[in-house]
Amino acid sequence: MSAFLAIVRRDLLLAMRRKSEVLTALFFFIIVVSLFPLGIGPEPALLKKIAPGILWVAALLSTMLSLNRLFATDHADGTLEQLVLSPTPLGLLVAGKIGAHWLTSGLPLVLLAPVLGLQFDLDTSALGILVVALLLGTPLLSLIGAIGAALTLGVRGGGVLLSLLVLPLYIPALIFGAGAVEAHISGLGATGHLSLLAALLALAAFFAPWATTAALRIALE
Amino acid sequence: MHSATLSVSGLSCIRGERRLFSAVGFDLAPGEWLHVQGENGSGKTTLLRALVGLSPPAEGDIRWGGEPIRRLGEDYRREMLYLGHHGAVKEELTPLENLKLAAALDGRHLDERESLAALHRFGLKGREELPVRFLSAGQKRRVLLARLVTRNARLWVLDEPFTALDVKAVDMLSALIAEHLQNGGLAILTSHQAMPMPSGKAIKL
Repeated sequence: MSAFLAIVRRDLLLAMRRKSEVLTALFFFIIVVSLFPLGIGPEPALLKKIAPGILWVAALLSTMLSLNRLFATDHADGTLEQLVLSPTPLGLLVAGKIGAHWLTSGLPLVLLAPVLGLQFDLDTSALGILVVALLLGTPLLSLIGAIGAALTLGVRGGGVLLSLLVLPLYIPALIFGAGAVEAHISGLGATGHLSLLAALLALAAFFAPWATTAALRIALE
Repeated sequence: MHSATLSVSGLSCIRGERRLFSAVGFDLAPGEWLHVQGENGSGKTTLLRALVGLSPPAEGDIRWGGEPIRRLGEDYRREMLYLGHHGAVKEELTPLENLKLAAALDGRHLDERESLAALHRFGLKGREELPVRFLSAGQKRRVLLARLVTRNARLWVLDEPFTALDVKAVDMLSALIAEHLQNGGLAILTSHQAMPMPSGKAIKL
């Protein structure tokens, strides 16, 4: 357990020292989301309808931006080899890295989303559902993304390949995440969508670190 | 508890289409060291990576204390330290942070005094709090080598450990390896230079 906390602390410390990478993904999210109300114009009914989809798509794309750095820097400087050779189980270290990735790229999105949602005329309860949906969905994005990042490790032009590989896998998260807010606005209640999102998260939390570990071992052979 | 002996038999590795080496075998007992020699591209690094379990060999058997290393897994990795020719230090972190975090990832707690002592031993006094990217290539190498002191591994597998080191650091490292062997440790190294150390076993690939 101490090794798990150590790798989370290490990756957070590294993110602190390389602030620009974290901030780039964050500003990308803010700008993409803000472009839509400016482009579409002041039509509250339309904006309200497209808001959940836009916020979610922007969250997916912004997560993609930070994904290829997840293992690539450790791979380049040889620290990934040391992680594989550490007496600590690799799955635990990988889970720690995924956790740190969520803290630096997923959690800020969750915190920013309600502010950005105001541009789309979402009311307080809809913003609440949006935050809950993102809170369940963004760890899912980090978990699934980690598998893709490990599979494309060391591949030339891996960044584009990573998007092609991972974005289709994000579709369920997108459907249930955006669907939760839409269902709430239309009065159907968001519980069903949120439960499915939580189920997906539980499944991914169990399998993704294991699959990522296997992919990393292959990449290093 | 098994004895700390490494025995390798009938090892062969294939890289792409090419067979790099075949039927490599040796036994290494506590206090012994092995010098892996060979031209560039003869498979020295591949052999070391197979020995530490990073890439499985095509054929052959690697045993630590009589048990295959695949089966030992974490128990083997706890007793073994591999330093490749990558830096394996984080440029953004200071030498002190690098050393302490590396130990923490291995599930060990390293106190401030112990890590400072290791860094001072490698002549990094006054640079403990400086991000590694401001250090020279040789100094980065020394940060990595400080792990030899703090890790307490019995088997050291070192790929070109003398690269980028100055004369003084080379002496320091060979003294450290000699001390490790005297305490019953084992070492496997590759180097193109003549080794400034008591003679050990050697294989040529």
